Amino acid sequence: MTVFRKYWIALVFSGLSAFSFAQDHHGAPAAGQAAQTGHSEPAAHEYACGHSLSIEPEFNAGDLAVHHISDANAIHIVGDVYLHLPCILYAPGHGWTFTTTAAFHPHHHGNGTRSKDGYVLVHGSVMRLQNPAYASGEQEISDYTHEEIESDGKIKTRYNAIINGQCEPLDAKTTYDGGVMGGGVTSFSDFSITRNVFTMLLTAILLFILFWSAARASVRRRGEAPKGLLNFLEPFITFIRDEVAKPSIGPKYERYVPYLLAIFFFILGLNLIGQMPFFPGSANVTGNISVTIVLAVITFIITTVSGNKHYWSHVLWMPGVPTALKLFIITPIEVLGLFLKPFTLLLRLFANIAAGHIVILSFVSLIFIFGGAGESLNGSIAGIIASIPLTLFMMALELLVAFLQAYIFTMLSAVYFGTAVEEAHH
Amino acid sequence: MLFLGDFSVIRPEPGLLFWTTVIFLLFWYLMSRFAFKPIAESLKKREMDIQEALDQAKLAREEMANLQAENEKLLAQAREERAAILKDAKDSKDEIIAEAKERANAEYKRKVESAIQDIENQKLAAMVELKNTAGKLAIEIAEKVIRKELADKTEQEAYAKSLVDQIKLN
Repeated sequence: MTVFRKYWIALVFSGLSAFSFAQDHHGAPAAGQAAQTGHSEPAAHEYACGHSLSIEPEFNAGDLAVHHISDANAIHIVGDVYLHLPCILYAPGHGWTFTTTAAFHPHHHGNGTRSKDGYVLVHGSVMRLQNPAYASGEQEISDYTHEEIESDGKIKTRYNAIINGQCEPLDAKTTYDGGVMGGGVTSFSDFSITRNVFTMLLTAILLFILFWSAARASVRRRGEAPKGLLNFLEPFITFIRDEVAKPSIGPKYERYVPYLLAIFFFILGLNLIGQMPFFPGSANVTGNISVTIVLAVITFIITTVSGNKHYWSHVLWMPGVPTALKLFIITPIEVLGLFLKPFTLLLRLFANIAAGHIVILSFVSLIFIFGGAGESLNGSIAGIIASIPLTLFMMALELLVAFLQAYIFTMLSAVYFGTAVEEAHH
Repeated sequence: MLFLGDFSVIRPEPGLLFWTTVIFLLFWYLMSRFAFKPIAESLKKREMDIQEALDQAKLAREEMANLQAENEKLLAQAREERAAILKDAKDSKDEIIAEAKERANAEYKRKVESAIQDIENQKLAAMVELKNTAGKLAIEIAEKVIRKELADKTEQEAYAKSLVDQIKLN
């Protein structure tokens, strides 16, 4: 009975996710019509600076998936309803700007209709007008376009805002990928409470409340048998302590247990809340490389700080190996390994969670692909029939992955700490 | 067409890096301080309690076993003692019987001896009396004979003869 009930919940979830995306896309043709009839430039969807974002392009599952796994400044709840979040923006030479996404008056697809101090909202993300003439005050924005431009021999996507019929190029926010991943340092940095930050805060607070009440119960009932919430959480805690920390780290495991528990529950909580296809879930937090970088770097710092003589001697000057071998092979590899370990850690978590979200979104997209993006009802029904079992399967799998990845991250962190504090035994 | 420019999750962003660091460090600190520490302490305490209880149970079991062994020893001892007492009793009984027998024998012997002695004495007394009586009789007879003799010779003889007939030994 309980097994059936679990599947039932998964079914409801997948149904709801289909529903929420359907909402997203049913609004689209209407939006196009509204743009055609209501705006000053009817049917002007081609500009000198590329295609308008308000034309509904042919349905593209890849675009949809990428859009949904991306971070955003406003949380799209349903239809044109957004949860507006604070924006904290910094442009060198211009200073800090504090506002909320409501100031951009977003409507369909998270595109703002107004600029605020040079900032606009495109696809739910804040961008900045390159033109310094708009650096303060508000401007009506009638449309956005994107075009591909060549800069430094690379093809880049550039977004433009249409203000008074003029193309105004936009800057995306600064990213630290050195241009390798299509980003780079631009005219501003975004320190806003984004959808991911909001989800992280929410998850952290929920987890804290959960564990705090369990801890209070444990103090109140000290020496008695655990029950309720505490009884539910204790196996996780003892599992991390006895099956992860103790065997991997050795006798000095105790001081690492709080970190391992924190990272395990933080990742698990974010993975699980990301599985929820509707507000306040669905944010792809652990599938964002910025988040996994921070977590992996903290693991790396702890490993490096707790490294003892034995650890460093094995990294830098492996004992019992010929000097030439050490100099040219072992030491370079070990030093590289030092950085590769956290790198694999951050990449594994990021890739697994992002891929999971993409696959689920792709399966949900089957409905729109089969339905010709809302033109064929029969196709949509066929798509639903194909999509639901696949999505159901993927969601069950992702549930497993949520636990597995949290466990693997914790386990490997513990193993790295273990090698750092291991004493010589030969 | 998929724009790499839109695939933002693979680009490290300063804002998200900053907020993740802040939120996670705070989360780590608060959870360690207010949640994991008390839970870990209660867990440890409970584990110690359980260990203690187990140890105590083991101790009690051992004590019980010891007690039982002691009881058995005591029982065996008691049994041995009983056997010893029984043996002693039997021994002393035998001794008493033997002694009694011996005593009875001695008494019997003594009684027999004294009876023999008595008989001897009686016999002696009887002999003495017999001798005395015989003497007295002889004297009487002699007296009578002497008196008769004096009268008639034949009569004398007849008389002596009747006197002799009168003497009946017993």
